[in-house]
Amino acid sequence: MIINHPLLGPRDSQEFSYLGDASLLDRPDWHDVSALQKFHDYLYLRDNPAGEHRELWYHEAGDRSWLVVTRNTLTHEISKVELAQDVADRKDHKK
Amino acid sequence: MTQLNRLNGGLISRGSPLNFTFDGKEYAGYQGDTLASALLANGVRLMGRSFKYHRPRGVIASGSEEPNALVELRTRGRQEPNTRATVTELFGGLSARSQNRFPSLKHDFMAINDRLSNFLSAGFYYKTFMWPAPLWEKLYEPIIRKAAGLGSVSLDPDPDTYEHGYLHCDLLIVGSGPAGLAAALTAARAGARVVLAEEDFEMGGRLIAESSSFVNQSGAEWVAGVLEELGALPNVRLMKRATVHGAYDHGTYGVVERVADHLAEPPAGTPRQIHWRIYARKAVLCAGATERPIAFENNDRPGIMLAGAVRAYVNRWAAAPAQTVAVFTNNDDGHRTAKDLLAKDVNVSAVIDVRHDAPDVDGAELFKGAQVVDSTGKLGLESVKLRLSNGEIRTIDCGALAVSGGWNPNVHLTCHQRGRPIWDDEIAAFVPDTKLPVGLSVAGAANGVFSTAAALKTGMKTAKKALLDLDIQAPTVALPEAEDSAMNLKPFWFVKEGRGRAWLDYQNDVTVKDVRLAHQEGYKSPEHLKRYTTLGMATDQGKTANVLGLAVMSEMTGASIPETGTTIFRPPYTPIALGTLAGSTTGRHLAPTRKTPSHVWAQELGAEFVEAGNWLRARWFKKPGEKTWQETVNREVTTVRSRVGLCDVSTLGKIDVQGTDAAEFLNKVYANAFAKLPVGKTRYGLMLREDGIVYDDGTAARLAEDHFVVTTTTANAVLVYRNMEFARQCLWPELDVQLISTTEAWAQYAVAGPRSRDLLRKIVDAEFDISNEAFPFMACGEITVCGGFKARLFRISFSGELAYEIAVPRRYGDALIRALMAAGEEFGVAPYGTEALDVLRIEKGHAIGNELNGTTTALNLGLGKMVNRKKDCIGQVLSTREELADPEGLRLVGFKPVNRTDKIVGGAHLMNKDEPTDIKNDQGYITSAGFSATLGHSIAIGFLKNGSGRIGELVRAVNPLQESEIEVEVVSAHFVDPEGDRLRA
Amino acid sequence: MRYSGFRVIKEAFGGHKGWKPAWRDPSPQKDYDFVIIGGGGHGLATAYYLAKEFGESRIAVLEKGWIGSGNVGRNTTMIRSNYLLDGNEPFYEMSLKLWEGLEQDFNFNAMVSQRGLLNLLHSDSQVDAARRRGNAMILNGSDAELLTPEGVRKLYPFLDFENQRFPIYGGLLHRRGGTVRHDAVAWGYARGADQRGVDIIQNCEVTGFKIENGKVLGVETSRGYIGARKVGCVVAGSSSRVMQMTGMRLPIESHVLQAFVSEGLKPVLPGVITFGVGHFYATQSDKGGLVFGGDLDGYNSYAQRGNLPIVEHVAAIGASLFPALSRVRMLRSWGGIMDMSMDGSPFIDRTPIDGLYFNGGWCYGGFKATPASGMCFAHLLSTGRPHANAQAYRLDRFMSGRMIDEAGQGAQPNLH
Repeated sequence: MIINHPLLGPRDSQEFSYLGDASLLDRPDWHDVSALQKFHDYLYLRDNPAGEHRELWYHEAGDRSWLVVTRNTLTHEISKVELAQDVADRKDHKK
Repeated sequence: MTQLNRLNGGLISRGSPLNFTFDGKEYAGYQGDTLASALLANGVRLMGRSFKYHRPRGVIASGSEEPNALVELRTRGRQEPNTRATVTELFGGLSARSQNRFPSLKHDFMAINDRLSNFLSAGFYYKTFMWPAPLWEKLYEPIIRKAAGLGSVSLDPDPDTYEHGYLHCDLLIVGSGPAGLAAALTAARAGARVVLAEEDFEMGGRLIAESSSFVNQSGAEWVAGVLEELGALPNVRLMKRATVHGAYDHGTYGVVERVADHLAEPPAGTPRQIHWRIYARKAVLCAGATERPIAFENNDRPGIMLAGAVRAYVNRWAAAPAQTVAVFTNNDDGHRTAKDLLAKDVNVSAVIDVRHDAPDVDGAELFKGAQVVDSTGKLGLESVKLRLSNGEIRTIDCGALAVSGGWNPNVHLTCHQRGRPIWDDEIAAFVPDTKLPVGLSVAGAANGVFSTAAALKTGMKTAKKALLDLDIQAPTVALPEAEDSAMNLKPFWFVKEGRGRAWLDYQNDVTVKDVRLAHQEGYKSPEHLKRYTTLGMATDQGKTANVLGLAVMSEMTGASIPETGTTIFRPPYTPIALGTLAGSTTGRHLAPTRKTPSHVWAQELGAEFVEAGNWLRARWFKKPGEKTWQETVNREVTTVRSRVGLCDVSTLGKIDVQGTDAAEFLNKVYANAFAKLPVGKTRYGLMLREDGIVYDDGTAARLAEDHFVVTTTTANAVLVYRNMEFARQCLWPELDVQLISTTEAWAQYAVAGPRSRDLLRKIVDAEFDISNEAFPFMACGEITVCGGFKARLFRISFSGELAYEIAVPRRYGDALIRALMAAGEEFGVAPYGTEALDVLRIEKGHAIGNELNGTTTALNLGLGKMVNRKKDCIGQVLSTREELADPEGLRLVGFKPVNRTDKIVGGAHLMNKDEPTDIKNDQGYITSAGFSATLGHSIAIGFLKNGSGRIGELVRAVNPLQESEIEVEVVSAHFVDPEGDRLRA
Repeated sequence: MRYSGFRVIKEAFGGHKGWKPAWRDPSPQKDYDFVIIGGGGHGLATAYYLAKEFGESRIAVLEKGWIGSGNVGRNTTMIRSNYLLDGNEPFYEMSLKLWEGLEQDFNFNAMVSQRGLLNLLHSDSQVDAARRRGNAMILNGSDAELLTPEGVRKLYPFLDFENQRFPIYGGLLHRRGGTVRHDAVAWGYARGADQRGVDIIQNCEVTGFKIENGKVLGVETSRGYIGARKVGCVVAGSSSRVMQMTGMRLPIESHVLQAFVSEGLKPVLPGVITFGVGHFYATQSDKGGLVFGGDLDGYNSYAQRGNLPIVEHVAAIGASLFPALSRVRMLRSWGGIMDMSMDGSPFIDRTPIDGLYFNGGWCYGGFKATPASGMCFAHLLSTGRPHANAQAYRLDRFMSGRMIDEAGQGAQPNLH
């Protein structure tokens, strides 16, 4: 596969490590009253669609960017690649 | 030597005769021959035996689809079983042997199977060999295994080398027949970067196999002209002997280039084959089509061949398959074969055409509406039996029969991304689906367009369209006037007459009867059919058999062929040597070898090295006179405990953490607190996974308010860095912190032992006070050594002794270790390796990978209190889960053998003294064990249920795997200096 | 009809006219007591044992394509009982024991071949870990032997000992491990189930569930609605897709695993062998093809195909271990969808929906588990209680922290 890195252009997926569902960006609040349940769901119950999937890749043999890649799990077609930091920045983060 | 069946003409180099042997017998051929064409020219029809019935077999095809003519090529480490004679270029001295026969090809004892064929029907083995049960493995299976298989390997290592290559292009063209060459010309003239890959050793495809592709010139002439033009262009790469074997994601194609297979052995410095990954923006599949046979009784005798292959042998290789040839066809293609044979003065004894409206033939007897119903001949065809349209039976003498049942487009690559071919009634064959791999289009016969003129035209048009998508305007290429005739095919798959066997899959011996039986037993889906009968599972992957099998099944079910289904093709298009896929990263080069800056120094001292991941680390430094490694390790341990030792710890992961929020960041990634760590101090850090399991441990040294240096274990250096980048970029992007891995940037040495400070004082520049008061336990700082060289000093201890770790930029590593050794001489310094390091840490109860095995918690390790509950950190929340917080759970403790001469082994399980050895009574396990030179006996650490509450108890360490069991005493894991006085000294 | 050598001979003389279909091709009935979704190895085994061992009737197996078209139809055919953890080893040992009598039990020769499975070890700590595992195996009634390098060499004399990047320190040998003709397992169970009245319905895709008041009443299918007292879902790589129709999210990711087979060769590999630094395993089928595989491609996928990096890596390990096999040609590759769970271990459990049961998360170890999975799932479906050997395979184990993590990799499915 070829991942079109937003900063570096097309790169062979062999340069990357895969983590999984991009919902791993949405780490729950540890103060939440149901933090245990929420962390359980966050870590263990991930999206696993047959179709479009937003997922995290790490450019290990490159610039060490984490990327959010939108890829179809049935065809492997990639429709969007973003820097994960940009995606995370857009979220309302708690300290 | 006479070449009995050699004709005039052809594309062989008669000026370059070559000698070769087959089954030990010498033959002659020419440069440009394949092994198959040369054997045919020499009058050899018998080339192999079939898999199951050991039927005598000859070549049926002229390309990579060949199921029959498989040989063992070359000898010793270069022996290649199952090599197709049809794609083996002849070279001088070639030696080939037939396979799967005993004692000889002509007299094969296993041919008894053919007599027993009625008992060996499809899937018979699923129904028997079950009683008595033990006999399967002892008797039946060994016999079956020995009988099965085809060729054999020599068991000598392959002496040749292989490489991987990478290419990028605008347009990859797969196949160099009329469509491929037209596409290549179009793209080349447009200035696009073109790769033209051809599996054959000559470009041209069918153009060099046919006699009348063009009106005004021969195929070979036109091909030569085109190649001359293409070859002169810098934007074109012509790759012959290059098979595109797979279409992978996003325009990546796998290609095998056979660089040296046409030579006796590769020239020095040349790989045998190269595995290319071609990254193509667009690709055109021009892979042509494969002819299919017609099934009739005994249609597998040597001499019965595909009609198109016969033309290829006659026209390209000037080899007649026999002196007298008959033709059996359901389309006009067969007539072409007769014409070409006659043109070369080969006797054509009959043209048998199933069509009642077949066109006339000049020079041969034509039987319209007739069928071949049987054949005779022991080791080669002698005659065929016909049923004429009036029902009359006629026998025709012939040494070869050219059969044409129509052509199947080579759709293989179009299926590699799960595309399913669709049925085309016009040509009675599957053509590519419209849903193709992204960037791939199909032209010519591969797309079901069979005439030369149409192939040329679609080749050009398809290339133009593909290039247009890349914003490249391609010119219209003037194409030569070419043959443009229709096939006029009447679908006809198998002769229904006769009670004998009619072959579909030649190699695996699957016959029409087998398909019938599969249908009768309910194995009707194409996949069930394939798996039950083994249809299409042989080395040719059913290139000539699959559609025929489906046709027979559709006849049984009454459904049409497309309703019956299709099987899709998977990579590779043709089989690929393991070594080619492996490339050069094999053996010692399977993974990179990482060496520390002082590797040479350690080598000079006679260190033995051990793999630590990809690193090589010194295991021990044996001195003259030391008889066993244990003796060496004991000395090294004792040196550290009594004097001073040096250990290379450069392999530890090192991460530089900088930024105003650096401390806050470490607070999040470590379970224990870091916010209040003062500058100039180091702290042990425990890292959890988000699931609350311990991930790694290390130290973090605060060099400045906004600057930490973090270490990780050797094994986890890459992973911890990855996770920290994840935390930084994805979880807490608002923190002002930057990370960089500096593992390779610093050489680092442990200086450990009561004299370590004395030693360091001789190295560290005088302005830095390293007294216990000024530089106490866990202190850190940036210093200079040896007169102004920058270094970092950490007062940390893995051994439990007064100890330091000193780091310098890697280029000074070798100099520093030598300086340390020289400075330490007066204190009795000695280097120590990983074994002594291991003993020292077990004596102190420090956990490493054996204990941090991915299932243990801080609580298990006795470090529960380190998990700070008052802050958010990775793993904090989930570490509170019921099972992970079990107060009665496993705890890390130490063990001493009750009988001090006993040896405890890692991996032993722990059982209570008074309970039977049973998994239900399992109390835990030993993680690390070693001989404590300090205590003079074996010690171990491990996990014991509720272990911290059981100090002093006696348990059993059982090792039924090696039939041993010893009694051990549960003790604190801190065997040496439990109060930690030494490291604070 | 009973299969036997005698029968084969008799049929041979009778022109093979007497062979009956291995299973019927029934149309679905209006309702069943048990509807098993998924006609793979596990689903068919479940139906077989429900009928045979638990005396249940009115059972249907619904298969969206042809039976055996999932992972039982494309795997590397290995069976073994060489697990470390308490939650796993008794289950896999039960499975291996069932394999040992399976062919006589269901009267179909699946060519169970206990030719031995050897894990190569490449460091002292791997030897320690293998010792712990070998001991756990023996304590659970399985078999294990720790081999020295010389012991390894005796079994595989053409292994390259001299030029290894990661030297061979020894091996853990599991003699009862081996291989089975995979397709035959699906067919044997199907035939056995069919003979006991189970309706095996092919080309019948489940498109929805009918659930009322927290209870499952039946399933919508491409062949109409089918009512059911109990529904068991056992669809491996499609688990998330199917269970999503009930609104459930599973601790499972679907990944692609590639495997490879070479051209047929005369016998060369005596048993199953695995590499210890990175994934690689190989064996040789009775037909002569080397069957080998390695790691997952590593990304979520339902595409049933993989990419070149893994192909090349697997080949590199193979050619490194066995330089004498470097010229052997890879004939075919394929990719299957693995239901990778969050701890690498499976689930056989009830769901929060009354009457709906789930079996999945087999990662790439599902084939060897087929008999025990079927037996334990049948036990659960019939009695409502988990089988003693499968009681750890609960869906809620991550909430309580009772992970069964053989590889120690945590919630990272592609590393299990």
